[in-house]
Amino acid sequence: MNLLAVKTRPVVASDYAEEVDALYNYLLGVSVFFTVAICSVIVFFAIRYRRQSDADRPEATKDGKLLEILGSVIPFILVMIMFFWGAKLYFDAYMPPKDAMEILVTGKQWMWKMQHPNGKREINDLHVPVGVPIKLTMTSEDVIHSFYLPDFRKKMDVVPGKYTQMWFHPREEGVYHLFCAEYCGSEHALMVGRLHVVSPAKYEEFLSSGGMGAMAEAAASDDPVVAGKAVWEANCVICHSGPGGIGPNIHKAFGSMRELETGESILMDDDYVRNSILNPNDDIAKGYPAAMTSFKGQLNSTQISQVIAYLKSVSEADQ
Amino acid sequence: MNESTTKPKPNYITAGNTAKSWLLTVDHKRIGLMYLLGMTFFFLIGATAAALFRFELATHNANVFANDTYNRLFTMHGILMVFFFLIPAVPGVLGNFLVPLMIGAKDVAFPRLNLASWYIYMLGGTFTLGAIVLGGIDTGWTFYTPYSSVYADSQVILAGTGVFITGFSSILTGLNFIVTIHKMRAPGMTWMRLPLFIWAQYATSIINVLGTPVIAITLLLVVFERALGFGIFDPQKGGDPVLYQHLFWFYSHPAVYIMILPGFGVVSEVLACFSRKRIYGYEFVAFSSLAIAAIGFFVWGHHMFTSSQSPYAGLIFSILTYLVGIPTAIKIFNWTATLYKGSILLSAPMIYALGFIGLFLVGGLTGLFLATMAINVHLHDTYFVVAHFHYVMVGGMMMAWLSGLHFWWPKMFGKMYNEFWARVGAVIIFFGFNFTFFPQFIAGYMGMPRRYHVYDIEYQPFQMLSTVGAYFMGVGLIICFVTLVSSIFKGKPAGKNPFKATGVEWNQADSPPDQHNFTSPVKVDVEAYDYTDERIYQDT
Repeated sequence: MNLLAVKTRPVVASDYAEEVDALYNYLLGVSVFFTVAICSVIVFFAIRYRRQSDADRPEATKDGKLLEILGSVIPFILVMIMFFWGAKLYFDAYMPPKDAMEILVTGKQWMWKMQHPNGKREINDLHVPVGVPIKLTMTSEDVIHSFYLPDFRKKMDVVPGKYTQMWFHPREEGVYHLFCAEYCGSEHALMVGRLHVVSPAKYEEFLSSGGMGAMAEAAASDDPVVAGKAVWEANCVICHSGPGGIGPNIHKAFGSMRELETGESILMDDDYVRNSILNPNDDIAKGYPAAMTSFKGQLNSTQISQVIAYLKSVSEADQ
Repeated sequence: MNESTTKPKPNYITAGNTAKSWLLTVDHKRIGLMYLLGMTFFFLIGATAAALFRFELATHNANVFANDTYNRLFTMHGILMVFFFLIPAVPGVLGNFLVPLMIGAKDVAFPRLNLASWYIYMLGGTFTLGAIVLGGIDTGWTFYTPYSSVYADSQVILAGTGVFITGFSSILTGLNFIVTIHKMRAPGMTWMRLPLFIWAQYATSIINVLGTPVIAITLLLVVFERALGFGIFDPQKGGDPVLYQHLFWFYSHPAVYIMILPGFGVVSEVLACFSRKRIYGYEFVAFSSLAIAAIGFFVWGHHMFTSSQSPYAGLIFSILTYLVGIPTAIKIFNWTATLYKGSILLSAPMIYALGFIGLFLVGGLTGLFLATMAINVHLHDTYFVVAHFHYVMVGGMMMAWLSGLHFWWPKMFGKMYNEFWARVGAVIIFFGFNFTFFPQFIAGYMGMPRRYHVYDIEYQPFQMLSTVGAYFMGVGLIICFVTLVSSIFKGKPAGKNPFKATGVEWNQADSPPDQHNFTSPVKVDVEAYDYTDERIYQDT
């Protein structure tokens, strides 16, 4: 491993990030100066006045007033610069501009759900157009999370029972880190997403694309299988599809026997699916943690019936 | 312990040395030793947890532990280290042993209450260990709601009760010290002649008495919400989860000063002794401890700049935080100035004390980063914070604790440890510590969140360095531990005042002291740290 090639500063993704870095450099300068100065003095004294040395030592040294005054006034001035500079940046960054594009963010153990102005949804990925200020209006469905974009030097807690806001102004296309910074339980370290800053044209294309783009429309469909597919993709697919998911892969398993942690087996029928959505800890699948939280209050009975209809339609088991 | 027949005088350890006499003792010195045993036990468990999760953190994948195990390990480390080591170590062990000896008293003001404090501490520890044995706790030492009060699937109630109980031990010890220092000073021991260690214990005790009830009631509310469904913090019942953070940090920020102020006291004693100088600006150092204790109660909101608290409240918390920094900065200048034209001996306690100044300096300066609002938004809940508080807590408090432990060890046990190995341990711990925690500042500024066991590969070099450093530091701690413990059995007799230090405990008490501390009446006629006083150089 070439240590010199190791990156030691985060990506600078906005003008604001650059301003924060400037303040950081000021703090770094002050800190390095005092650390080096004081440590050098200590080392110098420890050598110069070591017990064996015959350095000049007067009977008693007096406490000097000048040193005490300088020792208070200089640090005071230095830290007041830090205070005003830091507070100014904080307030500059506090209120989003009027023309900001609003995106709704919902934190949930352990995923980020985003909704664009036209209703398009994403999970853990967030696409935004470059050059447009983005305002995030955020809340949580369960515990406190924190939406953290280190490359933009921005972070805001996502709190259940209230809305919080943050905004950022991407200046370059690219893919950036998105972390949950507030410890939120088992899979906290996996509550990680990606921020995709794309050209306005690509963003338009993304908004109108199929797949998850059609979800809002599909969710409104009269056909329970179509609507159920939309509910599945918005809520269940992230943990319950494919090997290596947080939860068992149950996509095509409706009607089969499921093994439980207790050693028993249970038939995956209508009632089992309903109960697992509402009371996920009743029957824990074998080999999986009790990690799922209840969807009570988030999915209504119609939506649950729609998911069941969809799961039946794709099942490969003998029903 | 070996009850040697050659010893003419029984001391506090050997006099009536039965299990019952220890378990029912009201002797502050024995209680200090019992704290030392209990605390070392909790420290070793906490350190083992750290050794395990540092191993996991060396690479960016999950190698050894599943996420739930990792979460339980760092929580266990935090809870044991904060509530059962950092907070009680210096007051419980050195404070109990030294406060009466330093002021020339026979015991603390309320000896039975003092014994009760130890039992309460051990009971709290038992509950917390119970929580660990019965499946662990995964909330982090901060117990943030509503995760802790509603969602966590672990032993929150037991662990919370353990911390709640042990809080009473802090309150009662604090009360005991305040009354002792006010009422039991020997003739001639005026306030301005008190050793700075006593001033530091006094300031710490005030915070303990005023602050600890707040964390106690807060944790009780969490337990009630979890067990009985109260709606204090749970938004689904109309509670406010951010209220918890206000209550928690109202105690837990001053608690940082509970942990570090006693360390200031220790370092002041050791620096004076090994540079044979009076502490520069004694009055300032004494009163700044009280000032820090007072202002420390009004800065808690600097933990909450991203929590959705009002930005105007944030302004006040930010500026007050800088104001706490000023007296702290001057203390560092004063300690450094004490060395000027001294007669410096780099003994093991002195190496720890000088290491303390350097590391605490870095801890304090990085605190300025976190007090700066715009920087804090970026650094909050990242490894920068982890590095910062370990520089203060381990680099500061633990170095001071080890300094004090080595310094007063001969007084406690009457034996000298092997000076060479003690120095080796001190130097390894100092470098190992920097190796462990300095890279975390960089990982933090790069944006690596704390409490992640699986992380982006770009942070791996720093975590790898950190793990190597942690094991290096572990070697230093083992050397230190073996050196001290083996001295009890093999060490040379220390004599009354092996370091030729000032202070009543060195000059008027034996090593180890008599059961009743002093065999002749104590009278004080000199200032603290008068290293020109000829009497301390006379051999006894």
